[in-house]
Amino acid sequence: MSKMHVKFTLNGEEVEGLAEPRTLLIHFLRENLRITGPHIGCETSHCGACTVDMDGKSVKSCTVFVAQANGADVTTIEGLTNPDGTLSVIQEMFREHHGLQCGYCTPGMITRVHRLLQEHPSPTEEDVRFGIAGNLCRCTGYQNIVKAVLAAADQLNAQKEAAE
Amino acid sequence: MKDEVTSTEERRENLKGMGCARKRVEDVRFTQGKGNYVDDIKMDGMLFGDFVRSPYAHARVTSINKEAALAIPGVVAVLTAEDLAPLGLHWMPTLAGDKQMVLADGKVLFQGQEVAFVVANDRYAASDGVEAVEVDYEDLPVVTDPFKALEPDAPVLREDLEGQTEGAHGPRKHHNHIFTWEQGDEAATEQVMSTADVVAEEMVYYHRTHPNPLETCGCVASMDKVTGKLTLYGTFQAPHAIRTIVSLISSIPEHKIRVVSPDIGGGFGNKVGAYSGYVCSVVASIVTGKPVKWVEDKMDNLMSTAFARDYWMKGKIAATKEGKITGLHCHVIGDHGGFDACADPTKFPAGFFNICTGSYDIPTAYLSVDGVYTNKAPGGVAYRCSFRVTEAAYFIERMIEVLAIKLDMDSAELRRINFIKKEQFPYQSALGWEYDSGDYHTAWDKALEAVDYKALRAEQAQRIEDFKAGKTRKLMGVGLSFFTEIVGAGPVKNCDILGLGMFDSCEIRIHPTGSAIARLGTISQGQGHATAFAQIIASEIGIPADDITLEEGDTDTAPYGLGTYGSRSMPVAGAATAMASRKIKAKAQMIAAYLLEVHDDDVEFDVDRFAVKGNPERFKTMKEIAFAAYNQAIPGVEPGLEAVSYYDPPNMTYPFGAYICVMELDVDTGEHEIRKFYALDDCGTRVNPMIIEGQVHGGATEGYAIAMGQEIAYDEMGNHKTATLMDFFVPTAMETPTYQTDFTVTPSPHHPIGAKGVGESPNVGSVPAFSNAVHDAFRAFGLVQSHMPHDHWRVWRIADELGLHG
Ligand code: FES
Ligand code: FES
Repeated sequence: MSKMHVKFTLNGEEVEGLAEPRTLLIHFLRENLRITGPHIGCETSHCGACTVDMDGKSVKSCTVFVAQANGADVTTIEGLTNPDGTLSVIQEMFREHHGLQCGYCTPGMITRVHRLLQEHPSPTEEDVRFGIAGNLCRCTGYQNIVKAVLAAADQLNAQKEAAE
Repeated sequence: MKDEVTSTEERRENLKGMGCARKRVEDVRFTQGKGNYVDDIKMDGMLFGDFVRSPYAHARVTSINKEAALAIPGVVAVLTAEDLAPLGLHWMPTLAGDKQMVLADGKVLFQGQEVAFVVANDRYAASDGVEAVEVDYEDLPVVTDPFKALEPDAPVLREDLEGQTEGAHGPRKHHNHIFTWEQGDEAATEQVMSTADVVAEEMVYYHRTHPNPLETCGCVASMDKVTGKLTLYGTFQAPHAIRTIVSLISSIPEHKIRVVSPDIGGGFGNKVGAYSGYVCSVVASIVTGKPVKWVEDKMDNLMSTAFARDYWMKGKIAATKEGKITGLHCHVIGDHGGFDACADPTKFPAGFFNICTGSYDIPTAYLSVDGVYTNKAPGGVAYRCSFRVTEAAYFIERMIEVLAIKLDMDSAELRRINFIKKEQFPYQSALGWEYDSGDYHTAWDKALEAVDYKALRAEQAQRIEDFKAGKTRKLMGVGLSFFTEIVGAGPVKNCDILGLGMFDSCEIRIHPTGSAIARLGTISQGQGHATAFAQIIASEIGIPADDITLEEGDTDTAPYGLGTYGSRSMPVAGAATAMASRKIKAKAQMIAAYLLEVHDDDVEFDVDRFAVKGNPERFKTMKEIAFAAYNQAIPGVEPGLEAVSYYDPPNMTYPFGAYICVMELDVDTGEHEIRKFYALDDCGTRVNPMIIEGQVHGGATEGYAIAMGQEIAYDEMGNHKTATLMDFFVPTAMETPTYQTDFTVTPSPHHPIGAKGVGESPNVGSVPAFSNAVHDAFRAFGLVQSHMPHDHWRVWRIADELGLHG
C-alpha cells in the first residue's frame, strides 16, 4: 500500500514520517515513534488505554487515523511529566493515593485526567466519575483513582492561587 | 556512624517495613508511561504473527489454501497443523492433563479456535494475510449445553479420544465426559439427608465469565541461531513453569531457554496457561530466524484464552429445625469447553472446590464433580480465585440463604450458629482440608455492627410494607456473605502442576554497602510485589525497604518458583522471603558477635542492628555488618552475605472475611443501585495495608461485574455473543460502587510471618454478597434462586415472574 507523509506536534516537538493511510494513530505512535506510554487494551474504542490529548481534547488513539493527526498538537503521557523529570501533580497524586496497580490503564487514565482538570478545575466526585468513564481499569475499582484526581485538583488549585 | 539520637521508633519507621502503607516503587515508572509490557518490546527484524480463527463452533477442516495469503506483500509465512506435525507441536499438553490442538488438526471444536498462524513484517500485513487464507469447513452438529453433551447420542467432540475410557483423572463415562472427582462420604451423607428435619435443595449456576485483564496475552519469541538460545518474553503468570513446559514439548534443553515476564497489565488467572500463540511464535522464530511477536486483540482474548467458572452446582443441605447444619451434598457439572485446559494442581481436577463446606462446621458432606466437553472455548481458569474457590464460596453462600428461607430464619443468625468456632482450629473439614486459623464470630459481629444490621432489616420491613401499599417501586436487598478461602498452593506433597511442585522461592543478596537485591519465583501483575516483599525483608533484616531492589520474572536470574496466581505469592513466596531473610540474619549475628568480640548468643537483633545484650550502646548496624561480611576476614565464616530459600508450605492458608451489600432495586426497570458495600477481610498479618485495600477495591469490582452483568455467552450454534467490551460488561467508574473496608487479624500459625494472602478474597467474597442482595430483595415475594448475572433484564424478569408488574 502506498504511504503518505504525516507531520504533527508530539509533546511539543515536530515529528514526521511515512504511514499507510489506514494506519491508526496508536500504532504509529507505538511502532514508528516508539512512544509506548499509550497502551492498547481493545482497539475498539471501549477501554481508553490508548488515550492521548489531541488539539485540546482527549481522544482514543485507536480510533483515529494518523492521517487525521496531520498538523495536530498531540500530547501523550510522555509529555506530562514535569520538565525537570519529576512527577507532575497528577502523577504524584496517583502514586500517593494508590490510584494504580498493574499500570496498564494508567497512562491513558492520567492523560484523560490532565484534560478533565482543565475542563473541570474543581470537579465533584460525580464529575470525576463521569469524566473518566471512557477509561476502564480492571485493577483498582476506581475508588483510589477518584481520590487521586480530587486531591490533584485541590493541589493544582492551591498552586494556581499561590501564583496569582 | 553510630547515630545515638535516633530513637527505636524512628529507626523502625525509617525501614518502611511490615505494616506500613509504603507508597509503591512501581508507580514512578508506571505513572510516566515507562512500564515495559510485552507489546512495548521491539527487536530488530521482528515479525508479527496473527491467527486465522474458526467461524464455526464444530466443523471439519477440509482444506487450507495459503497461496493467496503468501502472495500478500509483507506476509512471510503461514503455519498450519500440517507444518507443526513433523515437530510434534500441532498439539500441546494442557495444565489439566489433557491435550489441546495448537492449530486445527482436521477439525475445530469452538468458535475462534486457532486454525493457521500468519507471520508478516507488521501487524497490518499479518491481518491482510489472515483475511486471505482460504479455509474450507464442513460444519458438524454443535453442543453447547453440558447436560446435552452427556446424552447418549450427543455428537462426539473429541474424536482423538475415541475409545479411551481412561482420562487423566480416572474413568470416562461417556465420549464427552472428562472426569469424575469425588470427595467425602457419600453413604453417610445420604443417610443424613434421609433422616434430617429439613433438607433444602437447589441448582446453583455460576455462569461462564472471563478474567479479561486490560492487557491481553502475548509474547515475543526470539531464537538466536548462533547460540541456540531461545528467549521468550511474554505475559506469563508462571514464567519458570513455562520454561520447563517449553523445554519438555520442544526438546530444547532447559538451559537454552530464557523466559521473561516483563511488566504485566493484569492477569487474574488469564495468563497462567500455555496458549497456541506461544507455541506458534516459537516455531515461527525458529523457522524464520527472526524474533516473532504475537499479541492477541481483545476479541481473541475473550473468545479463546481462558474463560472461567461455568459450574452447574446441584446442592442439598440438611439441618435440624433449629438450624444446625448436619450435612451437605453437592454434584457439579463443569463445562470445560473443547479441551480441558483449566489450571489446577494435578490431583485436583475440580480445583479446591471441596472447600465448599465454607465457614461452617458441617460434620458430613459429599461432593462429586463431572467435567464435560462442549463446543465452547477451553479454560476454566481461576479468575482471581484459588482454583474453583469462587464457585465453592458462591455455592455455599447461596445454599445458606436457600436453607434460611426453608427454615424461615434470618440468614445472619443461621450463619452465626453454624460457624466453626475459634477454639475448633485447626479444623478438619468433612471434605478433607485442615483450616489453619480463624475467628469467624468476631468478624461477623464486627461486620453486622458496622452496617447496623438490625436497622437495615427494620428499614427493609418498612420498605416491603410501602411497596405493598403502592408507595414505592423500589425494593431493598441486604446481601450477606461470609467466606473462607483456601490459598497458597501449595504443599508439594499434594500440589503440583504437570508434576512441578508448587513451592516458591526467594534469593537475597546484601551488597557490601548495605543495600540489597532480592529475586523471587513469583511475578507481579499489579499486586505491588516490588513494594511489599521489600517490606518483609526490611523488617526481618533491618535494611530500609527503599534500599532493596526486587526483581521477578527472568528465569535466567530469578530462583525457580511456580509463579503468581491462586493468591499464592504472599503465602508461599512471602514465606520464602522471610526464611531467606532469617538465614541472612543468622549469619549477620555471627559477624556482629565477632566484630563486638562477644559470643554469638550475647548479641540480639534490634530493628536495624545487632546489639550486645544488656548493653544496647554497643552495636553493629546491618550496614556495618554487610561491609564486614565482604571485606573482613572472619575466622570460620565465608565471605559474602546472601541466602536463598525454597519454601514448601506445610499447609494452605485460609483467609476469611465478611462482606455485606445493601442494594436498591427498581422493580420496573430492573436497575440497581449499590447503597453500601462493606468488606471486612482477615488475611492474617498485614504487610502493606494500602495495597491490601487496593486489592479489595479491585477484586470487589470484579465481583460486582460478575454478579451484575458480566458473562461469556454463546448461542445454540456456538456463536460467541460477548466477544467485545461492548457486550462483555466491564464496569466504568460510573457504575462501580464505593467500598468501605475493614479488617480483623488472625495470623496463620504455620506461616513465618503469619500472612495469609488477600488478592482473591474480594472476588470470592463479593460475588455472593451482590447476588444475595438481589435474592434478598425479592425473598419476601417468594424468590428462592435465580441465576447470575443479575443484569437489568434478568432482574426485571424476576420481578415479572413474581407478578410484581401488576
Ligand atoms: S485501545 Fe483504544 S480504546 Fe481501547
Ligand atoms: S491499574 Fe491495572 S488496569 Fe488500571
